[in-house]
Amino acid sequence: MTHLSPEQLAQAAIRTLEKTSETLTPKERMAIPAQEMPTQDPAERRSNMNEVALGYSPEQARAEALRCLQCKTAPCIAGCPVGIDIPGFIQAIADGDNKKAIDIIKIDSLLPAVCGRVCPQETQCQAPCTVGKVLKSVDKAVNIGRLERYVADWERENRLIEIPAIKPDTGKKVGIIGTGPAGLTVAADIRREGHDVTLFEAFHKPGGVMVYGIPEFRLPKAIVQQEIDALTAMGCELKTNFVIGRTRKIQDLLDEDGFDALFIGTGAGLPRFMNIEGENLVGVYSANEYLTRSNLMRAYDKQRADTPIFDSEKVAVLGGGNVAMDAARTAVRLGAKEVHLIYRRTEVEMPARVEEVHHAKEEGVIFHMLENPKRILSDEKGWVNGIECLRYELGEPDDSGRRRPIAIEGSEFEIDLDTVIVAIGNDSNPLIRQTTPGLETNKWGNIVADENGKSSIDRIYAGGDIVLGAATVILAMGEGRKAAAAMNEMLANI
Amino acid sequence: MNKIREKKQLSETVFLMRVEAPLIARERKAGQFIILQLCEDFGERIPLTIADADPAAGTITLIFQAVGKTTKKLALMNAGEKIAALVGPLGTPTHIENFGTVVCVGGGIGVAPLHPIAQAMKAAGNKVIIIMGARNRELLILENEMRAIADELIICTDDGSVGRKCLVTEPLKELCEQDPKPDLAVAIGPPVMMKFCAETTRPYSVPTQVSLNTIMVDGTGMCGGCRVTVGDETKFVCVDGPEFDGHLVDFDNMINRLSSYKKQEAHSCKIGLEGDSQ
Ligand SMILES: Cc1cc2nc3c(=O)[nH]c(=O)nc-3n(C[C@H](O)[C@H](O)[C@H](O)COP(=O)(O)OP(=O)(O)OC[C@H]3O[C@@H](n4cnc5c(N)ncnc54)[C@H](O)[C@@H]3O)c2cc1C
Ligand SMILES: Cc1cc2nc3c(=O)[nH]c(=O)nc-3n(C[C@H](O)[C@H](O)[C@H](O)COP(=O)(O)OP(=O)(O)OC[C@H]3O[C@@H](n4cnc5c(N)ncnc54)[C@H](O)[C@@H]3O)c2cc1C
Ligand code: SF4
Ligand code: SF4
Ligand code: FES
Repeated sequence: MTHLSPEQLAQAAIRTLEKTSETLTPKERMAIPAQEMPTQDPAERRSNMNEVALGYSPEQARAEALRCLQCKTAPCIAGCPVGIDIPGFIQAIADGDNKKAIDIIKIDSLLPAVCGRVCPQETQCQAPCTVGKVLKSVDKAVNIGRLERYVADWERENRLIEIPAIKPDTGKKVGIIGTGPAGLTVAADIRREGHDVTLFEAFHKPGGVMVYGIPEFRLPKAIVQQEIDALTAMGCELKTNFVIGRTRKIQDLLDEDGFDALFIGTGAGLPRFMNIEGENLVGVYSANEYLTRSNLMRAYDKQRADTPIFDSEKVAVLGGGNVAMDAARTAVRLGAKEVHLIYRRTEVEMPARVEEVHHAKEEGVIFHMLENPKRILSDEKGWVNGIECLRYELGEPDDSGRRRPIAIEGSEFEIDLDTVIVAIGNDSNPLIRQTTPGLETNKWGNIVADENGKSSIDRIYAGGDIVLGAATVILAMGEGRKAAAAMNEMLANI
Repeated sequence: MNKIREKKQLSETVFLMRVEAPLIARERKAGQFIILQLCEDFGERIPLTIADADPAAGTITLIFQAVGKTTKKLALMNAGEKIAALVGPLGTPTHIENFGTVVCVGGGIGVAPLHPIAQAMKAAGNKVIIIMGARNRELLILENEMRAIADELIICTDDGSVGRKCLVTEPLKELCEQDPKPDLAVAIGPPVMMKFCAETTRPYSVPTQVSLNTIMVDGTGMCGGCRVTVGDETKFVCVDGPEFDGHLVDFDNMINRLSSYKKQEAHSCKIGLEGDSQ
């Protein structure tokens, strides 16, 4: 597919709009072509960290908004974990009222600029969209996420973001542990009610996975920083370099430091390994380490950053989720000549967002489907020099309903490499669990919380990946909002 | 931001700093460490042991050797200046109890992390024998502090400029041959030294704890960069350690992993020495 420049896409949208009449029939709406996301040229973006997707032009946004049929039943809303009034905000864009559009979104979502960029829309809001159904392809559904991003960016770029009104001081104090999407959401909702809010973050920078995991080329750090700035402007206190469980324990916060309630949003930060031979050789990274070095520690900026990262020539990334795509695309940008992505099922089963897979292919990542590593090979000095893989075929469906991959005996083959990045998922970090007696967790180590986010201990709530297992930004935010509502109610009654 | 209250030079490349960190001073236990950073945007995160703490004054003591970019920059800082970021106390504290006789072996800068452990072992009622090793008299640190704790103090240097002219493993072996032999050995120093201490005690079945100084990033168990092979298992030094059973640690693999960034570090060290990075 040839790459169309942002100007070409904007021009095409202008021509489309010229042809459309004031009143459109559903048929005419569905005839409007789905607006492609303008992107940086793949050849160029391979060697920079700048955002790949550039955002719709105003004309593209309007053309895309006109594709929405304003279905009475609005099946899209049920697909959104936080139930945004999707037809409502899209109509506002079609009417040229961006302010109204963003106000509608903000009733339900506090992080639209983030979710518009990183939500797996094709399995959420866009999956049930009528337009996609009629046109028989989810790719042709209304691009709800891109429109959401468009109005959120419009609001930010025009400096229209307002600090929400804060109710008078209640004298009650809430501690929030972790500054990922869950923690940030809870902070905003609780501070608005006039409670005192302190956020604790283990790292030197707030933002959670949005800052240390998801790379700049997918989610610019400035967008996350703006959310943090809004919280500090609201009067939330931020304590970075503060590890709960070590610097202070949960019980100390409640008993000695005067916190009336706590929210735990510490995420799923414990990398899984495959337990195969050679996994501790020099040159094997977890995706968490690789991405943290590059993003948070800025190792990609070799001139300025003190933190080093491998100068890899040939890289294998093991896994098929968003984390694997991010690691592979980061390796490309750090200068690797060959990046192999190895996944033991097929592309259909890959959990990564379709857009990320598409971008990774455009950037030259080599996809190996139905293959899995058997062991990692090294030279005599203990440095990685290859990987031995087995080919797989799909057998009967397993518990998850996906067809189980089965190794083909004797199908071993080797790939020459100098770096391996393991991206097969994360479990929850045990630090809080180990240092908080009485806090109930399940067999995966996730904190057990009821439908309001309340844990087994009074006044302690939890949400996001630490409860759900590795999930998504929008789910973390949604859980955070539910917990915040319950916490506000609880605080009003003590 | 953590203010440096006091700075002392202990030898040509070893420095002591007393730094404000009231919460860490209150919570820390022997065997724990901090991670610090000299610039939050581009600085690297490096682990250093909490060599001592004064909860009343709200300070902790760090003792470090200027070996590379960050430690050399830190060595150039003075009392009154502030360290951009400092987080802790990290790691699992040393298991302290009355074992009986404990031999504490410290090599080079390893004497600094050994000090709080020897102190706690003594306080728990153990007989504490300390073996300290250094290349020469100049590089020997904390001699007085260790002497104050030790029931018996043995000093070894490579050149014999002070104490015995031998490696720390020699007196360690002699102690293992005695009857009764020590109940526990704790060895902290360069990985090669710890490896040979573990080899020395192995035939005598003297339990031997080592404290591993792997490369780290977060220090909270999130990245796995600090992992080592202990027995048949992979362990994360920052949360499962830093102390492990020396008889089970795969030292060769650990030493290899420490050299991961040799190429890049050699380059950045030169930049540091030219003095354009302060
Ligand atoms: C590489 C990568 C790519 C992803 N891509 C997508 C995507 O495209 N779309 C999507 O929807 N989701 C994606 N996800 C998942 C998504 O980022 C997470 O589901 C989401 O960030 C979870 O939010 P959270 O608030 O629960 O926790 P996190 O974002 O994990 O934040 C937790 C925070 O708590 C801090 N913390 C942990 N322990 C302590 C402690 N003891 N004391 C103090 N602070 C502590 C951590 O340092 C961290 O900052 C991705 C995840 C990764 C790793
Ligand atoms: C739990 C723990 C506690 C520690 N306590 C202390 C302490 O109390 N005092 C002290 O001086 N050091 C201590 N270290 C080691 C210290 O962290 C390193 O010396 C430091 O990270 C080097 O950083 P740099 O940027 O100055 O050097 P770099 O430029 O990163 O490296 C310079 C040279 O040092 C080697 N090196 C890099 N990292 C380490 C490491 N972790 N250990 C040993 N050599 C390394 C490199 O191979 C290179 O040759 C500890 C390490 C750990 C993991
Ligand atoms: S928040 Fe996510 S799922 Fe909901 S409408 Fe926006 S993009 Fe779709
Ligand atoms: S389902 Fe699609 S077409 Fe219908 S209202 Fe929702 S976005 Fe519009
Ligand atoms: S330093 Fe990252 S897991 Fe130990």
